[in-house]
Amino acid sequence: MFAYIIRRLCYAIPILIGVNLLTFILFFIVNTPEDMARAHLGDKYVTEQAIQEWIADKGYDQPLFYNPQVSGLEQLTSTIFFEKSIKLFAFDFGNSDEGRNIRSDVVDRMGPSLALALPTFIIGIWVNISVALMVLMFRGSRLDRFAVAVFVTMMSVSYLFYIVVGQFFIAKVSRLVPVSGYNEGIDGWRFLVLPIAIGVIAGIGAGARWYRTLFIEASGQDFARTARAKGVSEAGVLFRHVLPNAMLPILTGVVVVIPSLFMGSLIMESFFSIPGLGSYLLDAIQAQDFAIVRAMVFLGSVLYIIGLILTDISYTWADPRVRLN
Amino acid sequence: MSKESVALSVDQLSVSLRHSPYTPILNEVSFELRKGEIYALVGESGSGKSVAALSILRLLPDALKITQGRITLSDTNIFGLTEHDMCSIRGKKIAMIFQDAMTALNPVHTVGQQIEETLKLHTALNRDEIRDRCIELLGEVGIPEPEKRIDWYPHQMSGGQQQRVMIAMALACEPDVLLADEPTTALDVTIQKQILELVQTLTRSHQLAVLMITHDMGVVRQTADRVGVMYQGEIIEQGNCADFFANPREDYSRRLINSLPAMDSYRADTEEVPLLKVEDLAVHFPVRKGLFQRIHSYTRAVNGVSFTIGKGETLALVGESGCGKTTTGRAILNLESVTSGNIWYNNQPLNTLSRKEMMPLRRKIQVIFQNPFSSMNPRMTVGNIIEEGMVSLGLPLSASERQERIEALLTRVKLEPEHRLRYPHEFSGGQRQRIAIARALAVEPDLIICDEPTSALDVSIRAEVLDLLLELQSELQVSYLFITHDLSIIPHIAHRVAVMKDGQIVEQGKAEQVLKQPGHEYTRQLLAAVPTHHTKAS
Amino acid sequence: MDFSIGSDLFGYHVLWTILWTDILIFFLVGAITLFLISLRKNPENRQRWRQVFSTRLGMSTFVIIMAYIAIALVDSIHFRKALPAVEGQGSEQIFYSNTVNSLLDLALGEMGEQHERTYSAPFALKSWNKENLLLPGGERVRDYPVLKYGGQHLKNDEDKQRDIALNSLLGLGKGLALALLLISLHARWLKKRSKSSEPDLPWRAGWITFAIIMALLGWLITLGNLYHVLGTDQAGNDTLYESLKGIRTGVLIGTLATLITMPIAISLGIAAGYFKGWIDDVVQYIYTTLISIPGLLLIAASVLLFQVWINNNPDFFEVGLEKADAKFLALCFILGITSWTSLCRLLRAETLKISQLDYVQAAHAFGVSHFQIIRRHILPNLSHIIIISFVLDFSALVLAEAVLSYIGVGVDPAMASWGNMINMASTELSREPSIWWNLSGAFFLMFVLVLSVNLFSDLVNDAFDPKTQLEAA
Repeated sequence: MFAYIIRRLCYAIPILIGVNLLTFILFFIVNTPEDMARAHLGDKYVTEQAIQEWIADKGYDQPLFYNPQVSGLEQLTSTIFFEKSIKLFAFDFGNSDEGRNIRSDVVDRMGPSLALALPTFIIGIWVNISVALMVLMFRGSRLDRFAVAVFVTMMSVSYLFYIVVGQFFIAKVSRLVPVSGYNEGIDGWRFLVLPIAIGVIAGIGAGARWYRTLFIEASGQDFARTARAKGVSEAGVLFRHVLPNAMLPILTGVVVVIPSLFMGSLIMESFFSIPGLGSYLLDAIQAQDFAIVRAMVFLGSVLYIIGLILTDISYTWADPRVRLN
Repeated sequence: MSKESVALSVDQLSVSLRHSPYTPILNEVSFELRKGEIYALVGESGSGKSVAALSILRLLPDALKITQGRITLSDTNIFGLTEHDMCSIRGKKIAMIFQDAMTALNPVHTVGQQIEETLKLHTALNRDEIRDRCIELLGEVGIPEPEKRIDWYPHQMSGGQQQRVMIAMALACEPDVLLADEPTTALDVTIQKQILELVQTLTRSHQLAVLMITHDMGVVRQTADRVGVMYQGEIIEQGNCADFFANPREDYSRRLINSLPAMDSYRADTEEVPLLKVEDLAVHFPVRKGLFQRIHSYTRAVNGVSFTIGKGETLALVGESGCGKTTTGRAILNLESVTSGNIWYNNQPLNTLSRKEMMPLRRKIQVIFQNPFSSMNPRMTVGNIIEEGMVSLGLPLSASERQERIEALLTRVKLEPEHRLRYPHEFSGGQRQRIAIARALAVEPDLIICDEPTSALDVSIRAEVLDLLLELQSELQVSYLFITHDLSIIPHIAHRVAVMKDGQIVEQGKAEQVLKQPGHEYTRQLLAAVPTHHTKAS
Repeated sequence: MDFSIGSDLFGYHVLWTILWTDILIFFLVGAITLFLISLRKNPENRQRWRQVFSTRLGMSTFVIIMAYIAIALVDSIHFRKALPAVEGQGSEQIFYSNTVNSLLDLALGEMGEQHERTYSAPFALKSWNKENLLLPGGERVRDYPVLKYGGQHLKNDEDKQRDIALNSLLGLGKGLALALLLISLHARWLKKRSKSSEPDLPWRAGWITFAIIMALLGWLITLGNLYHVLGTDQAGNDTLYESLKGIRTGVLIGTLATLITMPIAISLGIAAGYFKGWIDDVVQYIYTTLISIPGLLLIAASVLLFQVWINNNPDFFEVGLEKADAKFLALCFILGITSWTSLCRLLRAETLKISQLDYVQAAHAFGVSHFQIIRRHILPNLSHIIIISFVLDFSALVLAEAVLSYIGVGVDPAMASWGNMINMASTELSREPSIWWNLSGAFFLMFVLVLSVNLFSDLVNDAFDPKTQLEAA
């Protein structure tokens, strides 16, 4: 087990290097710092001097990989590649193009992101699985077909539409909860109820439908028939035999997302003005703040890879046939 | 028989497809199961025998519907019960064991948990009593160290042990009726024999009424007291087992019985002109382990195998699953890389050839696979399938000559020339196997490796395919390496036999000599497990 | 890209303008048609498609999807009208308008050119906002100004109801008449080639759907030229027109992104699964790396960087639409490049499975070359996965477009797209009283497309997935 985790961590290194190289190529080779300065400073009539100042200010004035102007180890370290890419491995994200420290921003904003994403995630899974199980109890009946039609309809509706309409009816017309905003601490719940509810409802269509397929697949397998032949009731078959077996594909889809919950939801957070990482990123994209986008790409990949490792570990717990080696 | 001894009776049972009620799956089927007796329902795939068993438990798939009939279990009409009452009959009064124990057991629960579940449902025992009873049951079905194995998961056990667990689970609540749906089909012959003996013993000791569903006349002969023959959803003949074998009434029954090969006529010798020589062949697969996935050890699939095949001769390579017989065949075809040893074809070494150098020899060695459903690309026409080898091996034939040959080959294997335009899924298993033979013959090989070519086929078709192979041999002087687990067909087909176990050949020689005076303990075990005319029913 | 072939179209002198996306979409539709025709050869595939179309639902949704694709294709034939000659201009020299039109614009008549000043409600005669008006008498009042186009053919405002009813009948009638004509032609054609061996498909369901679509289109075009059926947006553009123009964007993003996905996913997936060894390692490394970057972020970063490139090279594009089109194409590329991984993984796994099958082994024993094995034995047996994933991805991409537009990395605001319209609606709904029509037009068209595709893909999945095949058996 321990050796396995070590090995997975070792595998993660080349992948992170790959991610790093890819972002480096995207951000510094496809577009030179000069291009970025031009884009950032706006109109075309900006002076050459202003551009050079902007570049120097952001630390983009060094060579890409190798600096012949200094000596020793610094030939490699005082380069853009080292400063902007290698340092990410130490979670040293540097400053944003606005001049704020990215790491402290990220740490500050993780809380609100989690406060929204975690409940949405947990309630969402719970609701989806319950709905799917309920529908499965009536398998083959008219209710089942109707439910599937509802699922398909629900997943055909744009996510944005749920938010816009939800905000309109719940917050504006019936004034049950505030339209948007955020508050630290316990009384912040009033702000979170609506986005969580919308997030859960928007996910039911695709989620419940997926779980239903998984459950049907598992309940058609031989061991379910064996259980029925033993005299286990249909509900018992579902909960004691089908559910534990359907856990395996569910885990692959679900566990991998957990670490990424820290990243928050881009759209939810911006619609409901929640100061999390999602809205942070969205602001950065709209302000074309490349330093932040670069840092977040790296952070997202790290969290995803952690998710992959967690998935593997959870597998050993859910499936006795899997031994990690 | 007195009425008391009848445990369950099926009267005029009919089942049809829910969406087309005029397609009967079962048509007025009637039989009864008696205490302490095994009733064998025998028939080929698709004859409806499993449907009969599932109807008794009312566990038919949604697509099927019972249209008429009555099933009585000690005076209760099963079709009159509510689903809730039915749950207290399943597992308690009527239990069932299935063909493939590997998939029929829940992989995420321990063996103990699965047996305990039945006991919890149907008895009032407390936790400790249930566990004790479990261990007792496991011991009774012959699982060694039941105290330890009760906490094992199914995948940690062998196929035979898994089937024993299934049986223990079925017996847990002392049912009156046991339905056994092909309980030994997925097992090796030696294990099959043990399981059948276990079922027989338990039938007597527990006074069980057993329904044994099987396609294998050998199994019937070995275990059954009474027998019913099922054909296209109807029971065409039933009666006492001994009478049935002595005096079958229906043609079809006679065909089934005759599919049991006679073990006394052997093939004449051939003159020795060696064609293929295998010397000390070894194929090892690496096993990787640890932090850096270093090669930790090797699985020795084939470990020092030597034999020769002469021109026009058939060598049968016999062994149970996992003994390395298929890997040997693949190594000769150069589909598996050889670890050590030599393969000579006409005194030309094969295993050192590159892909390109091998090409001219590919014409000479061809293959027929076990599963006729996966051995042909479903998206190619039969004509294209047969033609592919001729084109890729560069036979000097024009397109029209190839067409002629395809038609001739199809006629040769007793199919119609027009069949070349059809697709594989339109043919039955036996027909597909003939197409596979035609495909192999298309490039005029000297040696055909037949990898269990008949074991996926129904018994009545097996003989036809084997006869076709024999005919072709005498006509074309082609040699066969006949890989099989079934000793019973060897006298009929093979000149010589090599018995394989754990990657090694333990015994080889003339077929008659090996089968009549087996020199090795393992050969004797295999022979003892073969159900034939000579194995007397009890 | 311009074709300098001037030609005459309904009396206009026009310059055909061919956008990159136009070429690609026609190429793609052609390729898919050829692919499907090639699949028909195999009776098993025919059987499966027959299963899809033998349900009424399959027939109806297919007709709806086809209607969308047809509109998108008509909207993909672009041209620029010649400007009326200005005085002092040489007679041979023709200047062309900077607005690029499409055949769809012709079909919709004047709908696209009837710009109001700002918001107006559906079928309204007056604007939504009060303005300072100068009465003929010189008096200034604050009132709702009369619209420039909407309902201005009426002599008397009280006639509106009657006029709408009359024109509705006219429009519906025109559409239905055309539909009936085409249906009867089709029915006769069917009769001619009818083979009694195969059971009939539920053509009636398809015809009814077709008739409804045609009637609806007839109604919308007739009324849309007289009124603003779905009102106007902030800039005074006709909402119905914008929603209809959004169809091309939606359909294109769904198909073009997959066009780019497919070759990468298929070639890498098969190579990894078939050759195994180091090729497999490399392919797995590439897709794990790509997967581990959050998709939205990778897309956002790439689009941003492409935007920077466009801004720094403004001379590259002649007209605004070409710039928007380049951006759109880049978006499709980026979506394609970031989303090939899941299909690749599926194909790799399936190839691994197939290459263990006996028929591939038999081909090896016949010395068939690797290329031929892949072409004849592996690729055809992967086609069901490719089809299923194509249909499934389509609806996901249409929905993704809206989200990306909201984030600001989607379609260029100059291009009509449902995403852009829904995004605007979020603020419009919060006005007092709310402006709902902008949302509804885009939402309805998008919903119908995505729903049809989802329902259709369910049927395709049922017919082609071996797992569900087993279940049915």
